[in-house]
Amino acid sequence: MTLSRRTVLAGTGALVLAFSLAPARAQTETGKGEGPRKRGLPGSLDDTPRLDSWIRVGPDGAVTVLTGKAELGQGLKTALLQIAAEELKAPLTRLSLVTADTGRTADEGYTAASHSVQDSGTAIRHAAAQVRALLIAEAAGRLGVPAERLRAEDGAVLGPGGARIGYGDLVTDALLTAEAQTASSLTPAAEYAVLGRPVPRIDIPAKVTGGAAYIQDLRPPGLLHARVVRPPSYGAVLIEVDAAAVERLPGVVKVVRDGTFLGVVAEGEWTAIKAMRRLAASARWRETASLPDAAALPDALRALPSRDSTILERGAAGGAGTVVEGTFTRPYLAHGSIGPSCAIAEWQDGGVTVWSHSQGVFPLRRALAGLLHLPHDKVRCIHAEGAGCYGQNGADDAAADAALLARAVPGRPVRVQWMREQEHAWEPFGPGMVASVRAAVTPDGRVADWTHEVWSPSHMMRPGPPGALLAAREIAEPFPPAPPVALAQPEGGGDRNAIPLYAFPNARVVHHFLPEMPLRGSSMRSLGGYLNVMAIESTVDDLARAAGWDPVAFRLRHLTDARAGAVVEAAAKRFGWGRGPARAGRGFAFARYKNLEAYCAVAVEVAVDRETGRVGIERVVAAVDTGEVVNPDGVANQIEGGILQAASWTLFERVAFDRTRVTSVDWSAYPILRFSAVPRSVEVHIVAQPDQPFLGVAEAAQGPAGAALANAIRDATGYRLRDLPLTAGRIKAALGA
Amino acid sequence: MTSMILNGERRAVRAAPDTPLLYVLREEFGLNAAKYGCGLGQCGACTVVIDGEAVFSCVTPVMLAENRQVTTLEGLGTAEAPGPLQRAFIDAQAAQCGYCIPGMMMRAHALLTRDPDASDAAIRAELEPHLCRCGTHMRILRAIRRAADAMRPRSTAEAGR
Amino acid sequence: MRTRRVIAGIGIFGLAAAGAALALAWQPEIAPVPPPAPASFDPALVRRGADLALVGDCRTCHTAPNGAAFTGGLPLPTPFGTLYSTNITPDPETGIGRWSEAAFARALRKGVDREGRHLYPAFPYDHYSATSDDDVRALYAFFMTRPAIAATPPPNELPFPLNIRLTLAGWKLLFLRPRDLAPDPTKDAVWHRGRYLVEGLGHCGACHSPRNLLGAEVVSRAYEGGEAEGWRAYALGAASRAPVPWDEAALTQYLREGFHPLHGVARGPMAPVVENLAEVPREEVVAMARYLASLGAGSGTATPPLAPSSGPGQAPQSAGIQAAIEGAGTDLYAATCAACHEGGRPPPFGGVSLALSTAISGESPRNLVNVILEGLPARGGTGQPIMPGFGAVLTDAQVASLAAGLRRRFGGGAPWPDLEPAIREARAARRLAARPAASMTR
Ligand code: FES
Ligand code: FES
Repeated sequence: MTLSRRTVLAGTGALVLAFSLAPARAQTETGKGEGPRKRGLPGSLDDTPRLDSWIRVGPDGAVTVLTGKAELGQGLKTALLQIAAEELKAPLTRLSLVTADTGRTADEGYTAASHSVQDSGTAIRHAAAQVRALLIAEAAGRLGVPAERLRAEDGAVLGPGGARIGYGDLVTDALLTAEAQTASSLTPAAEYAVLGRPVPRIDIPAKVTGGAAYIQDLRPPGLLHARVVRPPSYGAVLIEVDAAAVERLPGVVKVVRDGTFLGVVAEGEWTAIKAMRRLAASARWRETASLPDAAALPDALRALPSRDSTILERGAAGGAGTVVEGTFTRPYLAHGSIGPSCAIAEWQDGGVTVWSHSQGVFPLRRALAGLLHLPHDKVRCIHAEGAGCYGQNGADDAAADAALLARAVPGRPVRVQWMREQEHAWEPFGPGMVASVRAAVTPDGRVADWTHEVWSPSHMMRPGPPGALLAAREIAEPFPPAPPVALAQPEGGGDRNAIPLYAFPNARVVHHFLPEMPLRGSSMRSLGGYLNVMAIESTVDDLARAAGWDPVAFRLRHLTDARAGAVVEAAAKRFGWGRGPARAGRGFAFARYKNLEAYCAVAVEVAVDRETGRVGIERVVAAVDTGEVVNPDGVANQIEGGILQAASWTLFERVAFDRTRVTSVDWSAYPILRFSAVPRSVEVHIVAQPDQPFLGVAEAAQGPAGAALANAIRDATGYRLRDLPLTAGRIKAALGA
Repeated sequence: MTSMILNGERRAVRAAPDTPLLYVLREEFGLNAAKYGCGLGQCGACTVVIDGEAVFSCVTPVMLAENRQVTTLEGLGTAEAPGPLQRAFIDAQAAQCGYCIPGMMMRAHALLTRDPDASDAAIRAELEPHLCRCGTHMRILRAIRRAADAMRPRSTAEAGR
Repeated sequence: MRTRRVIAGIGIFGLAAAGAALALAWQPEIAPVPPPAPASFDPALVRRGADLALVGDCRTCHTAPNGAAFTGGLPLPTPFGTLYSTNITPDPETGIGRWSEAAFARALRKGVDREGRHLYPAFPYDHYSATSDDDVRALYAFFMTRPAIAATPPPNELPFPLNIRLTLAGWKLLFLRPRDLAPDPTKDAVWHRGRYLVEGLGHCGACHSPRNLLGAEVVSRAYEGGEAEGWRAYALGAASRAPVPWDEAALTQYLREGFHPLHGVARGPMAPVVENLAEVPREEVVAMARYLASLGAGSGTATPPLAPSSGPGQAPQSAGIQAAIEGAGTDLYAATCAACHEGGRPPPFGGVSLALSTAISGESPRNLVNVILEGLPARGGTGQPIMPGFGAVLTDAQVASLAAGLRRRFGGGAPWPDLEPAIREARAARRLAARPAASMTR
C-alpha cells in the first residue's frame, strides 16, 4: 500500500478527491432518477408528454422531429428518423431532426448507457403514432368520414374516392399541443416500410465529402479562437505567468487568468496555439505528488476506503468442487476521441450560448449556470456533433473553458479546442478496477459455488454539479468537487454486469465502491461491465476446462434465458465452433449488457506468436439480439466497432502516470489498435426479435469481445492472464522459453 | 506570399510561411475535411495529398506546399456528386463518428492512384499511420476495396482478384 | 545484424579461388537424424538457448514480415540480387528437423549446412564461430523445441556465378578466421563475458565495422563504423562521433530500452536488435556494455544538457508539448523540426535535442537523411516514439539544405561531401525499415 488517505488529502485543490461517505444519490447513467414513472407513458414521454415537444409539422408538410438525445457517431439521427417516418407514414426525405438543445428540445438527460433508442426512440415512436392518429381524426372531421375509413400514407391522409389531404393542410396551431395518451396504435412489424431496414445513415455523405459535420467545423461570423493552458498535473497551482508579453503578440486578443485557470483568445487558430505555447513556457506551477505507484495500482485501489454492498446473495456459500479463482485488473483507460474536445461560446446580453458535443446539454446547462452564477434561462446549450464519444470525455470541460474565455470578449463567439496532450492528460478516464472471482465446479460440470467481488471508483462524475468541470476547480473561487455517484443496480456502475446471468445456485456478488479516486475518472463505454464480464467469462471458461466440458456447451447448460441461449448457439454455429486449425487459439464469451439490454456472444480465433507474444486476430464472429432492430446495418456497425475497440483495450491500452503526472499524453505513449492488429475478418449476425422492445446495443459487444479474446489467448498459450492489457510483453513473459 | 494549387485551382496564401497547412486549409480556405487530431503526425486525421503523396498537414508548414498540387477530400467530389472513393464509403456505410475518415480516404486515394491493384495487405500496411477510435476499420477496408474495384478498368478488375 | 553487402564481389574472386580451395570447399553431408523429441531437452537449457538466440538476432533474420517466427523467407537485398533467409524451425522436410547437433554446430561455426553446402556469409558465421560448445548445445535445444512449421523460402535470386556456392569456399579460405578471444588478465569476468557475446553471437562488428571489397570485415579497423541496409552503423568506441561519449551505463540503457536521453532512439536495423536485447537477462547486456565501453570513449565534447527538472516551474507537457518558435518564417528547421526537437519533452517519446544527435555529428549523412525522409513511422499497438517523415513534401534540394543546416548548427563537423548521393540513395530505397523498436514502454 503506497497511497494513504493522508497523501490523497494532502493535495488541497487537487483533483484527487476525498468525500464524506454520504450515501450516493440514486441516479442512473442517463441522469434520470430511479423511481416510479410519473405518468405511465412510454419512454421519455413520461417526462415530456406534449406531442409537439417531439414532432412538429409545418404548413408545407415538412416534419421536424425533436430529441433530447445527441448523435455521438452511433447513427442515432438516422435511427430516430426511421422510427418517426414509419409511424408518421411520411417519407424520410420530408423529415428533419433537431437534437439536444436546451432552447428547443425535451430534457432527456445524458445520451448514455445505450438508452437513446429505448428512451427517445420509444417516445418519438409513440408521439409519431399519436400525431398520425390526430391528423387522421382531423381529416375525418373535415371529410365527414369516419376515421376507420381513412389511412395515412406518404405524408397525407387518404380517404374513399381518392380523397387526399396533406399533413401540412391538416395541421393547426393547437393540434399537436396535446399531451400523449398511454396507448398508441403502433404499426405492426409485418407492415414496416422503413423500420428494420438498413437505411443509409443521413450523416455519412457530408462526413465523406468535407461537409460541415462537426462542432470543429462551425464558423459563426466574428469567430475567435482560444486555447487553454492546463496545469502540468492534478492539483497543480499556477504561481506566475507572463501574461502581458503574450497579450502584446500580434493577433492576440486577450489572456484570461482566473486563479489557476489560464487561457488565451486570438484572432486566428494558429496564433492562439502559438500564444498558448508562449504562455505555457512562461508559466510556473507548484505541483503535488499525489498519485499512486502505477505499477501497484490494483493494490492502491483495493486499499482505498470503500462502501460495500452485497448485490447478490443466492443459495449457500462453500459448495464443493474444483476451485478456480483469480483477480482481474484493468488500468485506467482513455476515451481517446480522435478529435480533441471543442466548444464554442458566445456571450450576449448577460447570457451565454454554448455549442458543445457534451452528452448532456441539460445537465451541462445546470453546471455552467452554477459556474457562471447565472440563472438557468441565461444559459443555452446546444449539442453539436464531435468526434466519436464513448462516455464522458473532455466535452463538458471544454464547454466550461469556452464559456469562461468568451465572457472576456462578449459579443464574439469563441472556439476552444483542446490540444491532443490536454485531451490525453485531462479527460476523465475509464477508472482502474479490480475484480476477483472464486468459483467451484463439480465433477459433473455444475457450478457449485460462485463469489465475485469488484472494487471500483465512480463511473459517474458528470456535470450537473459545477465542481465536475475542470475549470470550476481551477478558478480563484473554486467549486467543491462533485460528489461521486454510485450508480445503482440493476444497471450498476463499477458493478455493472457483475451479477452473472448464469443460473448458478450458490452465488454471492459484492461491490466495493471507492469514493476516492486516484485519477480523474468517469464513464466509459460499458462502465464496469467490461472488466466484470472479462472476470466472469474467463472464469466460466476455466471452470468448463476444469470439468472437461466444451466452453459453449458449458455455458448453455447454465443459461436459462432462452434468448441468451439462442445468441450463444447462433455465434457458435456461425463460427463453426469445435472445428478449426490445430495451432490457433479459440475463445468464446457471452453477456447480456447490464443483464437488461442486448444479448451478445462473440467467438474469436487468434494466432499467438510464441516468440514475441504478439496476438493476431484471425476471425471474429458475433451474434446479437437487440430486440426489435431499427437499422440492422447500424446494429452491425456498432457491434463491429465495439469488438475492435474492446480488442484495443484488451491488447494495448493503459493510462501511464508517475507519482505526479499523467505521462501518456499522446498516441506514442498511449498506443491503441492500428491496422496491423485489425482482425482478418469480423462477422456480425443479428438474431431477430421483431416483436420485442428495442434494446440498447452500443455497448453490448465490449465485454464479450474482450473476454472472448482473453479466452482465445488462454487457449492458444495455455496461460490465463488476468492483468489487462494483455500486451505482447506480458504474453511473452508468461510463455517463457 | 506563397501560392498553391488547391483542388485544381491556384490560390494565394496569406498565412505566415511557417503556419501548418492544416490551419491554412481550415481557416483561410474554409475547408472542413482535414481535421486536427493530434498535431504530431501520430493519427492521420489531417492527411491531405500533395503531388500524389499523402502527408500530415498538421506538421507541414504551408511554405512546403508552395506551387504544389494540394488535394483535400473536397477535391474528390461533393455530397451531391460524390467521387468513386466517396461513393464507396457511402455504399459501405464506412463511418461511425467519421472524424478519422477523411484522412484515411486521402491516403487511400494516393495509394489507389499509384497502385490501383493494391492488395489487401498493401492497403492495411498503408493505413498503419491512421487511427480510428470507433473501430470502423473493417468497413474502411471494405470501402477502399470497393473503390479500387470500381475505379479499375473491368478487365484488370476481373483478372486481378 | 544482416550484412547485405557482404557478397558484393565475391563472385569475381570466388571463382578464381575455387580451385585452390577445393580441399576446403568440399564438405561432407552429415547424416540426417530422426527429429529429436522436444521433451528430450532440458527446459533450463532451452531457456538458456532462448536468451542466446536473442543475442544472436536469429529471429530477426529468419522471420519474414508477418511470417511465423523462424520460418525464414526474409528477403536480404544485395547489389547482386536477393537472398532469402532459411527455415530454421525443426520441420523435418523444410526446416532443420533432421539436423544433428553436430550439423547444427557446423552450420553455426563454419557456414556449411547439413547437406554440405556452403552458406552465404550474410549468415554471420564468421562471428558465430566463437560460440562455445555449451552455448551451441543450448541453441540447438532451443531451436529443436520450437513449433515445426513447414515453409520454404523463395529461391535466392543471384546471377551466375554467385549462385555457385562453391565460390564461397574461396571467400572462407581468405576471411574465415577463428576469433582471438584469449583471456586478458587486466579485465574482469564481466568484461570477458561481454567480449564473448559482442564478438560472437552478438556479431556487432558485422554492421559496425567497415568491410573490404570482397565484403569481409576489415579486422584492423574493427568498430570504425559500417553499413547495414542503407543505414550507417556508427563507429563504436574510440572512433565514435557521439556528441556525448557513451559509457557503460548509457550503453546498458540504450541496448535494453532502445533509447537513451543523451543519445536518442534506436532505429533502422538497430531497432530489432534492442528489441531482442530487451528480453535478455540484464547481466548479459551489462556485460556487452562493459566490453563495448572499454573500446574507448570517442571524441564527443558536448556538455550534456541538464536533465529536465521534476520540480516546480517545469513547462507543462500537457499544455502543448511543443515549444514556441519565434519568427520561424521560412527557416525550414524552425518550421518543421524545432517544435518537437526543442519541445523539451524527454525521450523516447519526445524528440531528442539535435545537439546530441550522432546522426548530425556523425561521419555519414545517410541516417539523418533516412530519418528526415521517412521519420519514425508508427508501428503496431506498442508505445513508441513516432516522428512524421517529410520525404513527401521536401524536395531533394530542401532535404540537402536542411541536412547541411543541421550539420552547421548542431554537428560541429565539416560539411558532408556526399550529401546529394546519400539523398538519392535514400530516396531509391524508400520505405526502409525506419522503424523504432516495437515497444518502449516495457
Ligand atoms: S492531426 Fe496530423 S497526424 Fe494527427
Ligand atoms: S469513425 Fe470515429 S474515429 Fe473513425
